Amino acid sequence: MANIYFDYAATTPTHPDVLAKMLPYFTELYGNPSSIYKFAQGNKTVLDVAREQVATAIGADEKEILFTSGGTEADNWAILGVAESYKNKGNHIITSSIEHHAVLHTCEYLEKNGFEVTYLPVDSDGVVSIDALKNAIKDNTILITIMYANNEIGTIQPIKEIGIIAKEAGVLFHTDAVQAVGHVPIDVIDNHIDLLSISAHKLYGPKGPGALYIKKGVKLKAFIHGGGQERKRRGGTENVPGIVGFGAAIERATKFMETESARQLILRDYLIEQVLEKVPFAQLNGHPTNRLPNNANISFDFIEGESMLIMLDMQGFCASSGSACTSGSLDPSHVLLAIGLKHESAHGSLRLTLGESNTKEQIDQFVEALIKIVARLREMSPLYEDYKKNNEV
Amino acid sequence: MYSEKVMDHFSNPRNMGEIENADGVGTVGNAKCGDIMRIYLKVENDIVQDVKFKTFGCGAAVATSSMATELVMGKTIQEALHVTNAAVMEALDGLPKAKVHCSLLAEEALHAALWDYAQKNDMIIEGLEPPKADVHDGEEEEEF
Repeated sequence: MANIYFDYAATTPTHPDVLAKMLPYFTELYGNPSSIYKFAQGNKTVLDVAREQVATAIGADEKEILFTSGGTEADNWAILGVAESYKNKGNHIITSSIEHHAVLHTCEYLEKNGFEVTYLPVDSDGVVSIDALKNAIKDNTILITIMYANNEIGTIQPIKEIGIIAKEAGVLFHTDAVQAVGHVPIDVIDNHIDLLSISAHKLYGPKGPGALYIKKGVKLKAFIHGGGQERKRRGGTENVPGIVGFGAAIERATKFMETESARQLILRDYLIEQVLEKVPFAQLNGHPTNRLPNNANISFDFIEGESMLIMLDMQGFCASSGSACTSGSLDPSHVLLAIGLKHESAHGSLRLTLGESNTKEQIDQFVEALIKIVARLREMSPLYEDYKKNNEV
Repeated sequence: MYSEKVMDHFSNPRNMGEIENADGVGTVGNAKCGDIMRIYLKVENDIVQDVKFKTFGCGAAVATSSMATELVMGKTIQEALHVTNAAVMEALDGLPKAKVHCSLLAEEALHAALWDYAQKNDMIIEGLEPPKADVHDGEEEEEF
């Protein structure tokens, strides 16, 4: 049975064209870019090409792109780096309550080490409160870190507004754009972004590489200490095949973004409409329109997410959930709780993230399967039994 | 992640449903933590004649409820009381560490149903404690 993959926010396949560009750098062109001989020097050049490709995708200069081992490292570097380099200016950081754990747990780490962190609330659509942001800025604020678009509910933040506020306050602005790059147009200049995190495997590149955009003039100390790679700011032999793939993937994603995102947006809205129409007691999570073109997040009352995922998996559908059982703790998704969902609705959430392989036919098949699965789980649910008794359905 | 037995009991749960006019009903867990189990008992001559369950929860929660009902069917009250979470887990060929609390929930649901049966019949089941208000009390999240 072929899988039908609706989990592109978790990861994407490496596109075959991207892989083809990477392959020679494993077995034939394996030279270390730091080596002096000609055989290896070509690999320094391909890193520069990839750096240019990444820079172009977000409107940056190639000197402002530093390669990392993925989005998590980029987030850690941005936050810990600013904390370290700007601690003489202040010790206050502002973030949101719905950030990815790569940001949240880094902020929590800093809190244990003498920093003060404000976690901004979001409204029921998952949009950060601009008023709360303005009120949170203090003399000792050194960083605002707010994600471009949320990985669970897809809500896109008012990035330009935040950028302007940060600029006017003289505070650095970092955004985790891991879910947004390659899916929505991004311009770091126009949005007044100082630091931005990217990951290759969310845009049809390989797992492994990522990048941190560091605006010219922002002083960030070395994060990984070692050799002189990445302009002495990130030691370690470069992941040449990965970075070549990252560059090729981001160039490709940017090229097809307009048409592909428009196509996925139509599919997304069709999926949401079909599910809400055909499955009772279901609700959409996240902003109805201002959300990633490929993200649908829906809660189903009276049932639990992991059970849904297993039953979907048995029929070949890959999806994810914000239930506790998929997070490894007893609490459901912090994002769903932050937008005001009851615990039981958060446990019963389903995230479907679309990608290049998905078709309308797949969505029809999925909705048909989902209707039966939800009905089956409700038949097993004591919560639904109580609801029926109390409402005499 | 799950054993074949767990997957079997999740996909084809045994004794799922309700018993009308049950002799004992026990509901444990809470929606906040993402799992609720309800067990219904029909008891005649000190024997569990019928048992059914309903569960809101993950795959392991459904499978442990299903297995627990299978293990107590036809047993005496005392035998049913001694169906422990360890026995349920063993019968399922084990559970992932993070899911052990589901098997505890199954044991608690069974005990709560037996307690309800005892209360309704004004009897004392030796060795049976009153059900806890919340089975997650005292349970601590692991620090990573």
